[in-house]
Amino acid sequence: MNSPESAGEAAVKAPTREPLLAVTGLAKHFPVTKGLLKRQVGAVKAVDGVSFEVFKGETLGLVGESGCGKTTTGRLITRLVEPTGGSVVFEGHDITHMSQSRIRPLRRDMQMIFQDPYSSLNPRHTVGAIVGAPFRIQGIKTEHGIKKAVQELLALVGLNPEHYNRYPHEFSGGQRQRIGIARTLALKPKLIVADEPVSALDVSIQAQVVNLLEDLQNELDLTYVVIAHDLSVVRHISDRVAVMYLGKIMELADRRDLYETPRHPYTTALLSAVPIPDTRGRGSRTRVRLQGDVPSPLNPPAACRFSTRCWKADEICRTVEPPLVELAPRHQVACHFPENTPAVQPG
Amino acid sequence: MSAETTPSDAFLELRDLRIHFPTDDGLVKSVDGLSFRLERGKTLGIVGESGSGKSVTSLGILGLHNRKNARVSGEIWLDGAELVSSTQEYVRGLRGKRMAMIFQDPLSAMHPYYTVGNQIIEAYRVHHRVSKAVARKHAIEMLGRVGIPNPAQRVDDYPHQFSGGMRQRAMIAMALCCDPELLIADEPTTALDVTVQAQILDLMRDLQRDFNAALIIITHDLGVVAELSDDILVMYGGKCVEYGTAENIFETPEHPYTWGLLGSMPRLDRESTERLLPIKGSPPSLINIPPGCAFHPRCSYADRTGGKGSAEVPELSEVRGGHKVRCHLPANERHAIWESEIKPVLEAQ
Amino acid sequence: MVTYLIRRLIGAVIMLLIVSMATFAIFFLVPQIAGATPEGMASRYVGRTASAEDAKIAADRLGFNDPLVVQYGRFIKGIVAGAEFDYGPGVEQCPPPCLGYSFITRQPVWPDLLDRLPVTLSLAVGAAVLWLIIGLSTGVISALRRGSVFDRAAMTLALAGVSLPIFFTGLISLLVFSYGNPFAVFAQGGHYTPITENPGEWAYNLILPWITLAFLFAAQYARLTRAGMLETMGEDYIRTARAKGLIERTVVVKHGMRGALTPIVTIFGLDFGLLVGGAVLTESTYSLPGLGKYAIDAITNNDLPKVMGVTLLSAFFVVFANLIVDLLYAVVDPRVRLS
Repeated sequence: MNSPESAGEAAVKAPTREPLLAVTGLAKHFPVTKGLLKRQVGAVKAVDGVSFEVFKGETLGLVGESGCGKTTTGRLITRLVEPTGGSVVFEGHDITHMSQSRIRPLRRDMQMIFQDPYSSLNPRHTVGAIVGAPFRIQGIKTEHGIKKAVQELLALVGLNPEHYNRYPHEFSGGQRQRIGIARTLALKPKLIVADEPVSALDVSIQAQVVNLLEDLQNELDLTYVVIAHDLSVVRHISDRVAVMYLGKIMELADRRDLYETPRHPYTTALLSAVPIPDTRGRGSRTRVRLQGDVPSPLNPPAACRFSTRCWKADEICRTVEPPLVELAPRHQVACHFPENTPAVQPG
Repeated sequence: MSAETTPSDAFLELRDLRIHFPTDDGLVKSVDGLSFRLERGKTLGIVGESGSGKSVTSLGILGLHNRKNARVSGEIWLDGAELVSSTQEYVRGLRGKRMAMIFQDPLSAMHPYYTVGNQIIEAYRVHHRVSKAVARKHAIEMLGRVGIPNPAQRVDDYPHQFSGGMRQRAMIAMALCCDPELLIADEPTTALDVTVQAQILDLMRDLQRDFNAALIIITHDLGVVAELSDDILVMYGGKCVEYGTAENIFETPEHPYTWGLLGSMPRLDRESTERLLPIKGSPPSLINIPPGCAFHPRCSYADRTGGKGSAEVPELSEVRGGHKVRCHLPANERHAIWESEIKPVLEAQ
Repeated sequence: MVTYLIRRLIGAVIMLLIVSMATFAIFFLVPQIAGATPEGMASRYVGRTASAEDAKIAADRLGFNDPLVVQYGRFIKGIVAGAEFDYGPGVEQCPPPCLGYSFITRQPVWPDLLDRLPVTLSLAVGAAVLWLIIGLSTGVISALRRGSVFDRAAMTLALAGVSLPIFFTGLISLLVFSYGNPFAVFAQGGHYTPITENPGEWAYNLILPWITLAFLFAAQYARLTRAGMLETMGEDYIRTARAKGLIERTVVVKHGMRGALTPIVTIFGLDFGLLVGGAVLTESTYSLPGLGKYAIDAITNNDLPKVMGVTLLSAFFVVFANLIVDLLYAVVDPRVRLS
């Protein structure tokens, strides 16, 4: 980022600027059908009213456990899945229900990185063909031909440009993820949605890819939405973090605020559940242990989704859904009894 | 087995264990000279990346490798008995009874066509001559003990009717049903959500205390071993590269690979300003382990060994008080690197 | 489970109706499109020598001039309530279920089919027992001893089994074991004795057809079982079973075979259903008077009602077998039960 207002600390990004991506009340309900006539008997509310903004040059982390809707959210933003409700506005264009033909030009600016570097690359195509495909699909003319452009991309992600003619199986897992990233970068996107970009990789390789993503962001002025279940990776890579649970955002804040003074009980529990690779302070950490598993998104708890596992839950949590409100500057929480908050109860 | 072998006085001791697989592409040396000791009531964490040989080791201890396609040599002593030279029938009699295992993915590790109860009953009745009714009572008791609500009803459910966390609990119940003295957990929480992982780790810690079993926990996650282990063994390319207490490994690690693992992991509990310190390159293929020190192609300090890195396999030598490391770098140079280059960056991360 | 059963039964009935419509269309609509007139079709029933006038009258009487829907309705009504056929000199009764009336043999089709069914059933059941025993055991042993001499020999033989057509293996076995040469220990084709009359002779007459048919299927099943077993024995739950300390036989039989053989239930049900509808090649090679032979004869004689009857019966067996297979699958695989 070169603009003067963001030259300082990352957290001081001016909120008055136009967001690159604005998501409002986004929802995706997958119908559940039964019987011969495929009667709809219910819906999996994978994403159920999610709102957030992503500003240019920042990284928003989406964390949560399985079934929280983070992956679906990523697919809704990039319109791989058609939203049931709400809106997605990208660079001022409302793309919520835009037709595929009208959305195609916008796809250049909005790319996705997937988790599995083994299955997301076509094993019969060379690396050159894979990374060069976006040029062909979008019909883009490159200055010195596609081959040159692809080789530049390979070099950019730390691969040997000479390996242009090799096949995916000749590369290791980490290198394959680099190939995936190179393909993503081909069209110089503005926004990249990365769904579990490192979770299939070995520990030592994860760090390489995390560093690469950070370097590329600095070099190419990219904006990221990173979806991951690993809270440590998300803390490292994100500027702001949204914690999701059963299709809802529970808490959304700058990363330091979120990790050091979490306000939602679920965030507190989530953070205290992560094992720390250190022996100092072993046994002295405060532990919050949740009972049971995440409830099924087919039949989520009424009102506050977390009320069935929350130790603070009261009658009001089971009857009135807490709205996502800004309890502190740039710190939104959806809870009736937030943690780390002066005992001024709303309402 | 050679005649001069002396029986081990430890509860579990591996001596120079080698597990090699001949394949069409060459000899895969999955485990290549592994030794360690473990006492009852203690936990050993074995850490490594994919292909380090950590899972092959655990299957080797249980004697689960097919002797037709695996070459196993060395010694495995369990409570005074050597297992590598024992008959398969003898080792089978120990499996499930004195040594048991918990696997990574409880959905695929349980038979989809039999109820959870049936599978526990079966495990119990292999080693105990009791009626089905008695074994069933025991199964229900075990399910209750690992924290499954309504065990008397859930005992008749099939694995797919359990949630992920409950399935892993049931798997633990199955492993513990014969009161084993050695329990091996291979990536027991990798397939689970983080809040459920915390529950399972707590459960394993409590149960180990109750059963006073020796526990081996195999994982790629340094956080998990830090939570549970007394001792830690770091594996790379089929060999132990560093061994010590948990404090040794996390506070004064000696091996550049261990440094690399620590530097690769972002920390949940610190606000980082630095880039991560990854290890360059990728883990080696076990068919083609680099000569000399297997780690030397990825080691940032290999040029300081005077060419020994690629020429000689370093010995696993003791630094102090049981802390061992397999590295060519002189001890004082290692300490200097750790203090001046690695530690400050890790603390800042 | 009950709603599932009802849903599947309704589905089966609908399926049969569709099959009957399709068959009806093939036999009555397609010839018309191809240019056959009602008179032309009727002339087959009154004899080739009949005059055009006779054919026209016959066509009227048989209802060939009615709209196709009416004809189809009449056909279905016949199945439910029976029908009468006026062939000129007299009226023939065709009691329900009336699958048609052959004007060539002057016989309703249904009793004919009932006559032939035991032959085909005997052939199919006997062969199935043989091929299941041989195929499954060969497959399991091959998988457990992959790469052994037994495995290679069995798989070579199985490849021969699936590639050689029945009329070839059938004729070869007839040549070797029958027709008065030194190895002629089995009966020549063409004989069938009901099991109720003389079980020994029943088996003696069927043994060659059984072996011929079983060879083909045993080869297929051995290959399927071997592949399924190899896959299952690599599953995590097999490793768990061994880690529990189970003896290898229990691991293989209770855990391995249970997993590997379940999909074979499906395939077996369909194969068996298809076979009961007429083992055409085997029956004609050995001249056994079963449904398959009946179908071939009917086609050769251009006897449409017979062809339709036997087609519908075969379809019924396949649909029925499908239903049984699905229900059985819900029993053997608990994961299917809930959905």
